[in-house]
Amino acid sequence: MSPPPAVETLGLSKSFGDTTAVADLTLSIPQGQMFALVGPDGAGKTTVLRLLCGVLAPTDGTVRILGMELPRELERIKRRIGYFSQGFSLYGDLSVDENIEFFAEIHGVEEFRKRREELLQFTRLEPFRRRQADRLSGGMKQKLALVCTLIHRPSLLLLDEPTTGVDPVSRRDFWVILSSLMTEDITVLLTTPYLDEAERCHQVGMLQSGRLLVADSPAALRGRLGGTLLEIICSEVRRAFAVLKESSLIAEVQIFGDRLDVLLDNRTVQENQVRELLHREGIDILGWRAVQPRLENLFISLMKAEG
Amino acid sequence: MGSGDSFAVEAADLSKRFGRFTAVDAVSFLVPRGTIFGLLGANGAGKSTIIRMLCGLLRSSSGTATVAGFDINRQSEQVKQNIGYMSQRFSLYLDLTVRENIRFFGGIYGLSREEVGRRLDWVLEMAGLRQRLDDLTSELSGGWRQRLALGCAILHSPRIIFLDEPTAGVDPVSRREFWELINELAAGGTTVLITTHYLDEAEYANRILLIHSGRIVAQGTPGELKNSVLHGPTLEVSCSRCIEALKRLQSQPWVRQTAVFGSTLHVRPLASLGLEETRRRIRELLSDPLFELRGVESIFPSLEDVFIQLIERQDSASESGAEGPS
Repeated sequence: MSPPPAVETLGLSKSFGDTTAVADLTLSIPQGQMFALVGPDGAGKTTVLRLLCGVLAPTDGTVRILGMELPRELERIKRRIGYFSQGFSLYGDLSVDENIEFFAEIHGVEEFRKRREELLQFTRLEPFRRRQADRLSGGMKQKLALVCTLIHRPSLLLLDEPTTGVDPVSRRDFWVILSSLMTEDITVLLTTPYLDEAERCHQVGMLQSGRLLVADSPAALRGRLGGTLLEIICSEVRRAFAVLKESSLIAEVQIFGDRLDVLLDNRTVQENQVRELLHREGIDILGWRAVQPRLENLFISLMKAEG
Repeated sequence: MGSGDSFAVEAADLSKRFGRFTAVDAVSFLVPRGTIFGLLGANGAGKSTIIRMLCGLLRSSSGTATVAGFDINRQSEQVKQNIGYMSQRFSLYLDLTVRENIRFFGGIYGLSREEVGRRLDWVLEMAGLRQRLDDLTSELSGGWRQRLALGCAILHSPRIIFLDEPTAGVDPVSRREFWELINELAAGGTTVLITTHYLDEAEYANRILLIHSGRIVAQGTPGELKNSVLHGPTLEVSCSRCIEALKRLQSQPWVRQTAVFGSTLHVRPLASLGLEETRRRIRELLSDPLFELRGVESIFPSLEDVFIQLIERQDSASESGAEGPS
């Protein structure tokens, strides 16, 4: 028999007064996968995580975690999940070591020393173990918080915007650590406002105004939109943008510094039309590349379809 | 504007020391008028110290800069009148309406009633906020709020605007509309300086300056940076057991650089190897069904790839290793 999904929700909803924070969410995440819930601020990402770890009670719908039902088996579930909230609070006046010990105690882990060594090595925090948490850099605090979340060897890790406010170097470090976790057969559900991060996961769910617009693998999602994205580098990029936008030739055009991204529904017809139009306008083309549309293009088209 | 009509910002050997710590070390750069200029760096790289000096809030220790033709140390008041500032956590008053916020900021900038009226109209038009004039700011969505913040930051028609992580956490449609606005402003001659450590946000800049440990590591257009820093192809490998696959790849002499991206790996071979040969070798190396190899695709590197590569180069040169202050 195959193991139960790490997360399984059916018609999960949550309202606060008149506001619907999460609407009719049905989702299944197999064990051992990395799942990204992506969406802007206020889309309901944090509420979903809180519902999944039993901090919030749903208005409607059901949640099963690793085959166990919420809220009936809350205590058993709690032992199996690690929840990394936004503003996860470390104790600033305790050392790295002491913080980990503290969280081990909270989770009732008596034999934490070996696990602590392992995690400190793994996150390269070992040289800083006696330093007060207050005196760590932002990226190191983030790593320490992750270590504290992992001390009780959870099977499901819920991470709420773990890389928001983290600089690119620490962010990459953090992703290496997350990927290494996959060898421990942990399931990771993380939220992020960044589509480039979502793209690194096995599955991506796009959340907007509490509704799950779509959930699938990044490749399947990109395939779903169809079409082609042209990356054009040209002279007078702003004029080229205006010309293309007014032409009604194409579905979408966006300006990125020295580059235009042009979304085509039908490459065979439109690619030449675009090229000719720019020629006619006397715009020099310096670079021309056709790529698959990005997740952002799909997100935008789904948001527009929703109205 | 002063002598340098074509440059909104000219910095020459700009330095800032705090005691024995050098936060900014002899940085020189030019920002052409009407460009969107990105200032990038990790936390503690010196970005915000540079911005504070350019805004006239902090004196330089040595070297100088002009902003809109005014000297940042000697003419800081004129500098302040010519710049606008907006951050993602911009302090709009949430319990005021859109109209009240605009009036309030007009007052701060010392605009007359008449001017505020005229600019109010302009901001409403630009930001598409006309229907929302009497809505409480707290009731606006992230995208609307952001456009209002931009409007308030440019009420006094500054020549230069500083944007600090302006679209962090905003939905993709609003974000796209925001950048269209910024491009229109830039086309009209306003210069835009953006600081962010979200590299996908930096892709919107015309020119980029990469700062690390208070020094300039690289500058150019996003395209130039990608081409000059990263030679040869970058391949994305989708497989299972990423970490084992990574170790196997790292032991190969023809692999120059690897990185894990969640469920995928990025691999950069020696430039001489070429795309097809690299692809063949990766397929062979990971042919064990254990890896469930799903794809080996050539990808276009992101600014993040460039950034990490440059910083690693820099760090291995100086072998500092330790993390800087945050």
